[in-house]
Parts: sequence; structure tokens; C-alpha cells
Amino acid sequence: MSIDTTQQPATEGDPAEQPAAAPATKRLNTAKAMVEAIAREMERDEDVFVLGEDVGAYGGIFSSTTGLLDRFGPERVMDTPISETGFIGAAIGAATEGMRPIVELMFVDFFGVCMDQIYNHMAKIHFESGGNVKVPMVLMTAVGGGYSDGAQHSQCLWGTFAHLPGMKVVVPSNPADAAGLMTAAIRDDNPVVFMFHKGIQGLPWMAKNKRSIGPVPTGDHVVEIGKAATARPGSDVTVVTLSLSVHHALDVAEELAADGTADVEVIDLRSIVPLDTEAIIESVTRTGHLVIVDEDYQSFGLSGEIAARIAEHDPTILKAPISRVAVPDVPIPYARPLEYTALPTPARIKEAIIGQVAPA
Amino acid sequence: MGEQERQRRIEPSDGGPDMVQLVTPEGERVSHPEYDAIADEVTTQELQGFYRDMVIVRRCDNEATALQRQGELGLWVPSLGQEAAQVGSGRAMRTQDFAFPTYREHGVAWCRGVDPLNLLAMFRGVHNGGWNSFEKNFHLYTIIIGAQTLHATGYAMGIQRDHAVGSGDPDRDAAVIAYFGDGASAQGDVGEAFVFAGVNNAPVVFFCQNNQWAISEPNERQMRIPIYLRAKGYGFPGTRVDGNDVLATYAVTKRFLDDARDGQGPALIEAFTYRMGAHTTSDDPTKYRVSAEVEVWKLRDPIARLRNLLARAHGVPQSFFEEVDAEAAEVGTDLRARCLALPDPSPASMFDHVYAEPHPVMDRERAELTAYLSSFEGAHA
Ligand SMILES: Cc1ncc(C[n+]2csc(CCOP(=O)(O)OP(=O)(O)O)c2C)c(N)n1
Ligand SMILES: [Mg+2]
Repeated sequence: MSIDTTQQPATEGDPAEQPAAAPATKRLNTAKAMVEAIAREMERDEDVFVLGEDVGAYGGIFSSTTGLLDRFGPERVMDTPISETGFIGAAIGAATEGMRPIVELMFVDFFGVCMDQIYNHMAKIHFESGGNVKVPMVLMTAVGGGYSDGAQHSQCLWGTFAHLPGMKVVVPSNPADAAGLMTAAIRDDNPVVFMFHKGIQGLPWMAKNKRSIGPVPTGDHVVEIGKAATARPGSDVTVVTLSLSVHHALDVAEELAADGTADVEVIDLRSIVPLDTEAIIESVTRTGHLVIVDEDYQSFGLSGEIAARIAEHDPTILKAPISRVAVPDVPIPYARPLEYTALPTPARIKEAIIGQVAPA
Repeated sequence: MGEQERQRRIEPSDGGPDMVQLVTPEGERVSHPEYDAIADEVTTQELQGFYRDMVIVRRCDNEATALQRQGELGLWVPSLGQEAAQVGSGRAMRTQDFAFPTYREHGVAWCRGVDPLNLLAMFRGVHNGGWNSFEKNFHLYTIIIGAQTLHATGYAMGIQRDHAVGSGDPDRDAAVIAYFGDGASAQGDVGEAFVFAGVNNAPVVFFCQNNQWAISEPNERQMRIPIYLRAKGYGFPGTRVDGNDVLATYAVTKRFLDDARDGQGPALIEAFTYRMGAHTTSDDPTKYRVSAEVEVWKLRDPIARLRNLLARAHGVPQSFFEEVDAEAAEVGTDLRARCLALPDPSPASMFDHVYAEPHPVMDRERAELTAYLSSFEGAHA
């Protein structure tokens, strides 16, 4: 893993001591940014602990816990048996006891094994207890495809989780947001599902991605859950997206700006529960054109929800019908040429944007 | 790593006194009162067949690992070191029996007669499943840990309802074998499969390859007592067998498959073996295990021990081993060539088989894709 350190030395400690204008940052890949955020919270709060499969010596299959075992020992960084229902259920129990577990579900696809614990218990205990029992835990999980891992290891499924009431859902696209959202998720009194795309982790064995490394504030850094970010301002077309697709959208936006085709605004949702509807509506009101890029299945998901919110607000803000670039309603194929046909690739995003600005 | 764990890794368990072993790591035949009768029926020729299977399986496995390293396969899951567990159990099956594998049972696939090219086609990503389960009674690979133990149990209950258990007709009665790993033994699905199989007296043999590791997690992270002892709590027999001893594995599996076909219900076999390679080609085992452990297990190699037995006790000449090596090399080279020649599937084929019959959403999305792709063709023309 190559991690550049910045010109600015990493300053630990009281953020108040740092100059307000330019907060100190450190260049990290997303995986390392997550680890640092977890480690900081584990230092700050001894109720925070990590459990899951291969989170110890291995450091997480997608490097989300690298080095934590050495720093905090096996009591706080627990390798669990392959029992998703077991360790998620136990994390729920520990959370009700007052701990703040961070539990890793190795691939989101495995939610099927343990969904009862997640949506009938993790997400509902607070409601059913009349607010007496809190479940302050983070369920972090790897999502996404693009590296030939087949239909049971390549899904995003955030729409599935967002559909179920009772848990927040955050989906960072870059190192700084991963750190800030992780910190917010750990401190949140609700269960928070933290979904990180394997393609943004900066792993040496994944497709190279320059946007998987970036500056991360070294001080106390929290990204508010429920706030989208404008990843790139623009005036012609709004692309609403999240996770790895933000990177593709930015690449396409730069290309289209360079050749004068369109000035594209890219909204990075960052959270989908709650969803920052205002940010979407504000942008689309200005541009009049909306492309939704979603690496989840097309039907009954996030893209439909965003379209519905626009329609409920005021469909006349649109100058053209909405375009959706999502995964067609098929299981993600293992075969590379098929997988890349199913995924929301830069080529598909570009075609959708051009379709919006081209005269009808 | 605690002191006890460190010690275990330097001096890995030899399986303990309950483990059924018929051939020692040095290649000497040892007696076992319960299994001598079955073992003595195995002819020299059959033993040579097991040897040939194991050598070819290892050769194909190495070829696949090399192909992955060269970028020709997306992933590979090595079976290196587990050949005896897989060939011994695979050869104990009858044609009408049905196997539910995990993702590592390339040796069982071989014994069932599945062309290894099918396995490579899947890992090369030119086919989703790779083979038709019903052609050789070898189900799809299952990667979601433990799920297939339930499918195997249900399949066995189907056989029961088809009255193909305990009828006394050796060509009709069938059994199911469910493969899973030591790590999988912690999965709820597996415990529930045991309950179901027990209560229903289903003709299923649960075959656990305890290769000592579940990715980076050793046995002691997964269990407190040996796996085979669990069977008692579910009400069926449990046996630990030396999974690097192909003869013992064959004998134990044959016995319990025969019993299951006869209507005597399920059994659990724990084959004590070792994953000599990485978990998959994406894994680096030096992160979590010491080479001293691997060295000890090298001395228990399944192929070397059968070779010694054949040469010393059965008088099999050197030329046989040379012939097998030559044949394995040929199979490996041929497999490589056929793998590289596999055609890529067409993009629109991803809409096939999502549903069992034509489906309006698939038709619409296929048409959209075709239009999208042809817009590029136009642009390039
Ligand atoms: C439900 C589920 N959880 C986790 C995984 C990730 N995973 C794949 S293989 C594996 C280890 C399995 O170990 P074991 O059962 O001992 O089989 P082995 O790989 O050693 O053959 C894990 C945790 C998975 N595929 N499915
Ligand atoms: Mg194992």
C-alpha cells in the first residue's frame, strides 16, 4: 500500500491548536483513513471495539482494520467464527449493554445470512423499547463490483438497507469522508450501516484509482450524516451519485468540460439515510437536467426514490426526462465483459449526460 | 498469539488417537479393526487409480494457479494438500449419489467426471456456473459459507420421498454428500442442516475438510471441541479420519454412504487435513501463519505416502509413477490450451436465465443494451 505523507507534518492533538484556515491533513488511502478514524475513537472511548471475520491478523479482507489488533489487542479486535448471525446478534447485545461495537460484515452480499438480526433487531429495538434501549453500533461492510467476484460478492444493496426503517446508511466516496463519516457513525446513538466500495479503498490488488488517496484532516474530523457534498459544481447537468461512481462521474465531467460539451455538477450523496433531498432539488432547479448514477439494481431502488422526490417536489424543474445509469435487473455477472456491461461505467455515464444536453 | 497457540503452530496436532488412519505418513499400512474389511477389498489397481487421480488433480490445480498468476483466471481456490480427502471421498460415491461442494472440491469434481475445463471456465468468467449439475451429479460451487449443507439435506429428503433409500436395489438407492470446511462449522446453516438431517433421518453424509484454517483464522477461533464430536449432540455418528490418507478416507466415506443409502440416516465425517496453499490467489498466508507449521504438514503429504505404500507393499514399479507423471503433465498442458481458447460470452447473454421463461423486464433491458451497444458500432464505422 503506498501512502504518501504530506509536506505538512501530521499534527495530533487538540484541533484548537491548529490554524483555523488550513486544517492539517495527511494523505491517506480510504482504507487507512477508516482505520485511523476507528483507532482514534477506540483511544477516545474504551467502549468501542471491533469484531468480524479476519479483522485481526489479516487486518480485514479489504484492509479496513489493518494494524488494529497490534494496537488494541484481541479483546478489542476480535476475530469471530464464520457466524454472521452470531457476531452481529452479539454486537447488538453488547450495544444494548452500553458498548459501541463496530462489526464488519465481510461482504454486504452476506447480509442474507443475518438479515433477521439486522433489520428485525438492530434496526427495531430502539423503536420497540419506546426509546429506552439504544443500539449504538456500526455495521461496516464492503460493497461493489468490477473485479470479477461474481453475483454473490459484487452487489451494493444500499437501496435494500435504506428501504428498511431504523438504521442510518452512509456511503463515502473518498478518504476524508470515510474518516469523517466513520467517526460520526461511531458516535451516533443509532445503528449506522457504513458501506465502503472495494474500489475506493486504495488496495494494491484492485484497479488503480487516483481518487482513492487524498487529504484527511488529522484533527477531530466529523462529517455530518445526511449531508451531500458538491463534488464538482456545474451549470448544465446534475449528476447525483455516490461511492465509486462519484469518481467515474468526476472523470467524465472533466472530460466533457475540457471538450466544451457540458458543465456538469456532481453531487456526492455520502448518506442515503437520511437523504439530502434539498441538495438534489437545489441543484436540479439550477440545471434542469438530472442523471442518476447508481451501482445498485435499477428497479425499486435509490434511483427511483430520487426521481420520486423530484416528482413530489415539482416535476417542472426538469427540462428533460431523468436518466438513470444503474445496474440492470440481473445478478452481477462474473464474466468480465458482462460485468462491465452491467456496471455504470464512465462510457454509460457519458452517454447519459450527452443525451441530456443534446438538442432533442 | 498466546503461548498455547504458538505451540500448536510449531507442533500441529496429529489428529489424536480417535482419528482413523490406515496408511501412516511414511506409507505403512496399519490395521484398524473397524475399517480393515473395507480397505482389504481395495485392489492394488484401485489404489493406483487413487494415486493417478491425486497426481492429476494436483497438476490441474497448479496449472490453474499459474493461469491465475498470468491473468488468465479471475481467481483460483487451490486444493493443494487436500487431494486425499477429496479423491478418497469422491471415489466412495456411487454414480447415482449427489455431491454438494464448497468452492475448493476440484478433486471431487474430477472423480465425478466433471471436465476441469468447466471449473476454469467459471473462474475465467466465461460461464456463470460452468457445468450442468445433473450431468455428473455434482452441484454448483457454493461460496456463501455453509448454505449448501442445507441444500444437500433437502436434496436427500427428496431422495427419501422418491423412495430411493433402503429399497435394497444397489442401482437405485442413493445418498448425498455435503462438503464444508472447518470454518463453516460455525455457521448457523450447518447446525440447522444437522438438526434437519437428524430429525428426518436423511441420507446425507456431512463431509468436513478440516484444513486447519478459515482464511486467517485457525481452528481455535472457531471451535472448542473437535468437529466430529458434535455429531453426537445431533444424534448421528461422527468420525475423524486422516484426510491425508486416501485409503482411510475412502473406507470411512464408503461405510457411511453405504449406511445412508441403506436408510440408516446421516453421519458426520471430519477429514483432518491441511490447506497447503493460500486460501485463494488473493490471499497471502504469510500474514498469519508460520512456515514451521507448513513444514510439518509437508511430511504428511497425501501423494507421497500412497506412492511409498504402492512401491513398498504392493510392488508397483517405478515405471507406473513415471507414466502417471507424464499423463498428468499432458492433462495439464491440454487444460491450459483449452482454457486459453475459451470464447468470451456476449454481453446480452447476461439477461438469459435470470428467469425460467421469457420475461418482459429482461426483454426490455436486453433491447436497450443492444441499442446502446450498436450506437457505438455506428460511431466507429
Ligand atoms: C456467509 C459467508 N461469510 C463469509 C464468507 C467469506 N469466506 C469465504 S471462504 C471463508 C473461510 C472458510 O473457511 P472453511 O469453512 O474452513 O473452508 P476453507 O476455505 O478452509 O476450505 C470465508 C470466511 C463467505 N463466503 N460466506
Ligand atoms: Mg478451512
